Amino acid sequence: MATSVLDHSDSTAPGHTGLWSWITTVDHKRIGILYGATAFLFFLIGGLEALLIRWQLARPENDFLSPELYNQLFTMHGTTMIFLGVMPLSAMFFNFLIPLMIGARDVAFPRLNAFSYWVFLLGGLFLNFSFLINAAPNAGWFGYANLTSRQYSPGLNIDFWVIGLQILGVASIAAALNFFVTIVNLRAPGMRLMRMPMFVWMSLITQMLLLLAFPVITVALVFLMADRTFGSSFYTPGGGGDPTLWQHLFWIFGHPEVYILILPAFGIVSEILPVFSRKPLFGYAAMVFSGAFIAFLGFGVWSHHMFSTGMGPVADSVFSLTTMLIAVPTGVKIFNWIGTVWGGSLRLKTPMYFALGFVAMFIIGGLSGVMHSSPPADLQQTDTYFVVAHFHYVLFGGSIFALIAGAYFWFPKMFGVLLDDRIGKLQFWLTFVGMNLTFFPMHFLGLHGMPRRVYTYPSGLGFDLMNLTQTIGSLILGLSFLVMLYNIWKSVREQPRRIAPADPWDAATLEWSIPSPPQEFNFAEIPTVEHRDELWWRKRKAGGPLPEPARVSGKGIHLPNPSYWPLVTAVGILVFMTGFMAGGVVLNLAGAAILFFGAFRWAFEPTG
Amino acid sequence: MILRTGSRERVGWRVWLPLVTVALFAACGGPFPQSTLIPKGDFAQMVDEVFSATVRWATLVFVLVEGVLIVAILKFRQRPGDAEPTQTHGNTVVEMVWTIIPAAILTFIAVPTVRTIFRTAELPEGGLEVEVIGHQWWWEFRYPAQQIVTANEMHVPAGRPVIMKIRTADVLHSFWVPQLSAKRDAFPNKYTTLFFTTDSLGEFTGQCAEFCGLQHGRMGSLVVVQTPDEFAQWVERNQVGSPLINRGVVAADSAAADTARGAGRAAQDSIEAKGRETFLAAGCIGCHAMVGTPTAGVLTLQGPNLSHFGSRRRLAAGMLPNTPENLAAWLRDPQAVKEGSLMKLPRPLTEAEISTLVAYLRAHQ
Repeated sequence: MATSVLDHSDSTAPGHTGLWSWITTVDHKRIGILYGATAFLFFLIGGLEALLIRWQLARPENDFLSPELYNQLFTMHGTTMIFLGVMPLSAMFFNFLIPLMIGARDVAFPRLNAFSYWVFLLGGLFLNFSFLINAAPNAGWFGYANLTSRQYSPGLNIDFWVIGLQILGVASIAAALNFFVTIVNLRAPGMRLMRMPMFVWMSLITQMLLLLAFPVITVALVFLMADRTFGSSFYTPGGGGDPTLWQHLFWIFGHPEVYILILPAFGIVSEILPVFSRKPLFGYAAMVFSGAFIAFLGFGVWSHHMFSTGMGPVADSVFSLTTMLIAVPTGVKIFNWIGTVWGGSLRLKTPMYFALGFVAMFIIGGLSGVMHSSPPADLQQTDTYFVVAHFHYVLFGGSIFALIAGAYFWFPKMFGVLLDDRIGKLQFWLTFVGMNLTFFPMHFLGLHGMPRRVYTYPSGLGFDLMNLTQTIGSLILGLSFLVMLYNIWKSVREQPRRIAPADPWDAATLEWSIPSPPQEFNFAEIPTVEHRDELWWRKRKAGGPLPEPARVSGKGIHLPNPSYWPLVTAVGILVFMTGFMAGGVVLNLAGAAILFFGAFRWAFEPTG
Repeated sequence: MILRTGSRERVGWRVWLPLVTVALFAACGGPFPQSTLIPKGDFAQMVDEVFSATVRWATLVFVLVEGVLIVAILKFRQRPGDAEPTQTHGNTVVEMVWTIIPAAILTFIAVPTVRTIFRTAELPEGGLEVEVIGHQWWWEFRYPAQQIVTANEMHVPAGRPVIMKIRTADVLHSFWVPQLSAKRDAFPNKYTTLFFTTDSLGEFTGQCAEFCGLQHGRMGSLVVVQTPDEFAQWVERNQVGSPLINRGVVAADSAAADTARGAGRAAQDSIEAKGRETFLAAGCIGCHAMVGTPTAGVLTLQGPNLSHFGSRRRLAAGMLPNTPENLAAWLRDPQAVKEGSLMKLPRPLTEAEISTLVAYLRAHQ
């Protein structure tokens, strides 16, 4: 195979900047930044959808939104936050951090990595394009059959949802394979499994979950697409199908998906707490195995989403007990985090604020989770605001808090700029107060009988003031993200005064041993790892801080060539899938042609 | 107005949890007529007992764990000149303890949970059976033994178990009256069941709990708990013209309706005759069963049975009080009242027709 060696001396050298360099990049760090920027944008869109929902619910009998638009907004809020917000924000950290943390120069399949990003971007744009033609998905992020059948949802709304999710699934599976192989094969010498940073461990487990869970939703969606497009009846009772089948398939995917959203957050927090407590993670092995145990159990609890379907007392009991069992490893994690903090010397910087906030909020989400693991109690709570409260404590108080903590923690590594700590803490308090005002009353709202997914409610049921409180809280939350954007803008503008050294936090993992931002080849020399907290170990051996690593010439280091074939292939998938919705076989064939042409050129392209 | 007849009230969580709620959200408080925390049926009470036990444990864990976290943050904040803290990596004994204790607490939740699962799985003997059928976006209730069909308002006697057999005519729904029983989903291809017994007379609201499309937010239900005597009278009234009794027997319906009306006959007759004529002419019978019309015996129509509409408290699946003004507005333009409702007028009605229909429908108690 032909190879070419480029001059990779510096990422700011000519030929490494400009739009084209981003379109053709296969550098995991740049792809990570693309993931982060795109996902943050989608996250803001999802947040805007949430604010519109809250505005509608601020008072009873409000007519700010039509029922149809309301249904579209809550469907897209859920779909966006899960598939276009939290998952790709986690993917930003996978991309940027995994190779750096394990001492590698890139991921195992750099072009596949670019392909994942482009497919994700196109899938996200495709889903949101539906708003422009007033046909956004409107049957909930869970899309229960048989409401999604052609008979009850004749428009394009559900087609956008089905095809959008299928496209995004391609991105997720490709990325999961890539990171899995990367972690298994590309670890630096001495980086044994039980020396891996906890974030890498949680990432590895997440990739396994993705690889096992996504094929299930893919199959479920293929069935649904067949029902809608070709008139089969997997889910429609008229032809002998069963809408319950969808629920089983969806939640066999859907519950592991919950852990796909939270395990990376566990990993991030497990990196931040030790650094700012100045002592190692408490109970490393227990943290690894509890994470693996949670993931394993996650495949045996799906029917706890279906207690109200009347599965019978035996099935109810079994799924209830397996669900309660998950509280044990989850508790172990929480106690180990507190054990990490206990006896430490806490440096209360912004990342630490958010990491501690994560622990505090996640406890609440965990406890309400135990409450509806009990099927009788769940029969009152399911499909009410109690559940909305629960999963926002887990996903907002949990995942989002951890992702913000991670953003403050690794921003200096990614961009070489330290974010403003005082504004960061202001953002923390706004987020903390806003989140609790928004989501805590929802527990009571649900217990007092307000169902989910209703576009309005009558006055006289005692819902009015709680809803108004929540709307005020959500506005504070919205403000907190404006503060974050301001912080990024201000800090980057003040860059000369805020240049980040290689190791601004006195951290423990390998990514802090190289310059900020890292050079394109990451490590001039592949490191040898001797210790679990390798960088702390090196500093201890040296008896103090290490000298600032120099930016060196990367001449002679082989890196993969830039390529636009991943983008072409991704476009092929988009066109191919769109054919199932509009344009028919012609688009299918055109898409398949682009797909195969792109893959062919990709396969025979010099890889560098 | 909810009357308390039972003396089974247990002072405990169900009393003070709402109080705590009120304390927490000083001005946000109730009354909460649809609250799961104020159970009035035995099913809801059994659920509440399990939930209360869980809340007690959860509160204990919450206070302890958050307390330790806060103490840790305050106690171990870095102070100037702090030396590097002791580099502990774990502690096997401590880790064993905090694995075992949560597991032990969970057994205290699991045992009552499983016991309640099996208690609530057994249908009580000698219950009143009601077939509950979800429609986009209203509820149909059929009483097979009493041979009654009605909509959106379920009447039951106090003190007797009510057994609901639930299904749907279209998409999935979930039947939920929070104070009486929990919720159960409605499927097109099978029956699910739910039950409750209550001693509390009065009206209990419920809402569809499974997202079912455009007007999911406006799919209310009402359960009216009556004394056995009142219930028997209601049954007798509603048997008149019931499709389950008079399948396809138009003449008998008409005659029975006439007999049932009694006094004020002449005026009634004119309302009845004109109303019936309009009901037929405007095309209402395309979707609605109605006593005294050719559809009286038909069970498979798309809209709710209107035979005793005048006695119903609410309009459009719980959305509005059943007043002449609201009914007139509904008949004038149902889409303006409830956008996307499947009630579509075959043609616009004149104001004269509307007032005739209002009088006609309200006359059928």
